[in-house]
Amino acid sequence: MASPMHQFEIQPVLTLPTVNVPGIGAIDLSINNSIMSMLIAAALIVAFFTIATAKSAVVPGRLQVMAEGIFSYIDDLVTGIIGHEGRTFFPYVFTVFLFVLAMNFLGLFLMFTSTSQLAVTATLGGMTILLVLLIGFIRNGANMYKLFVPAGVPWYMLILVTPIEFISFLLRPVTLALRLFGNMLGGHVALKVFAGFVVSLSALAATGGIATLGYAGAALSLGGVVALTALEFLVAFLQAFVFAVLTCVYLNDVVNLGHHH
Amino acid sequence: MEAEAAKYIGAGLATLGMIGAGIGVGTIFSGFLQGATRNPSAAGGQFTNLILGAALTEALGILAFVLGLLILFS
Repeated sequence: MASPMHQFEIQPVLTLPTVNVPGIGAIDLSINNSIMSMLIAAALIVAFFTIATAKSAVVPGRLQVMAEGIFSYIDDLVTGIIGHEGRTFFPYVFTVFLFVLAMNFLGLFLMFTSTSQLAVTATLGGMTILLVLLIGFIRNGANMYKLFVPAGVPWYMLILVTPIEFISFLLRPVTLALRLFGNMLGGHVALKVFAGFVVSLSALAATGGIATLGYAGAALSLGGVVALTALEFLVAFLQAFVFAVLTCVYLNDVVNLGHHH
Repeated sequence: MEAEAAKYIGAGLATLGMIGAGIGVGTIFSGFLQGATRNPSAAGGQFTNLILGAALTEALGILAFVLGLLILFS
C-alpha cells in the first residue's frame, strides 16, 4: 500500500533560474506542484467571473446568477458581522474566500491540494492578522490596548482576563492556519487510507480460499471512499466559509473597538 | 521499550485530545438543533454563529492532530 502522505510531497514542475534580489538574497523562482495548483486556482476564479459577467443582463443567465449569488452571500456575511463599514473590507474577504475555496476544490479533482501545505495556510493566516493589526492601529492608535481590556470588568478580574485575551489574540493566526491545514490534510489522508484498503484487500482476496471474503471488505471500503468524498466536498466549502467568517470577526474586533453593536 | 515504538504510542495518545473536540462540537450542534426545532424561524439567522462555534471548538482537536503528526514525523 502506497504511503498516504505521498500525495503531499512537493515536486518540481518547472525549473527556473534563481534570481538574486539585493538586500533579500537569492530567491528560487521554480514552479512546484503546489504553486502550479495555486496558479490554476487563481486562473479558474478569474476565468469564471470574466465569463459570468461578460454578457451581464438585467435578467441574469445561469452563470451570472451563480456569480451574483456568491458575491451577495459574502457581502451579506461581511455587512452582517462588521456592520455598515464592512463594505471597505469586502474585497479582501471575498478574495480570500474564493482562493481558499478554489484550492480546496482543486484538491478534490485529482490536483494537488495547496491548502494542505502549512506554508500556504500560514501565509493566508499571517496576511489576515497583519491586516487586522494594520487596520487596528490606523483606526484606534494607542487605544488598541482596549482589545485586551474589556470594558466593565472589575480591576481584580483584569489581572486574570488580560493575559488570557492577549494569549488568545496571539493564537489567532496559529489556529487560523492550523485549522485549514489540519482539516484538508486529515481529510485527504483518510481518503487515501480507505482507497488503500480497497487495493490491499482485493489483492488479499485474489489469493483464493477463505481470503475471498476480502472482496466484501473491499466493497465496504469503496463505499466509504465515496461517502468520504461527498463529506470532503462539504468540508472544502465549510473551511473556506469558516476562514472568511473568522477574518470578518477578527476585523470586526478592531473596526468596532469599544462600541459593540 | 524501543524509542520508535514509544514514538508511535505517543502519537496515538496525542490524538486523544480530539475526544474533547468531538464532545464540544456535538454539544454545539445539539444545542442548535434544540433551539432550531423550538423556533425554526430564528434558525437561519444563527447559521454563521453555529459554524463559528463549531470551527473554534474544532481548532483544539486539530491542534491535537497536528501534535500527533509532529511527534510522528519529527
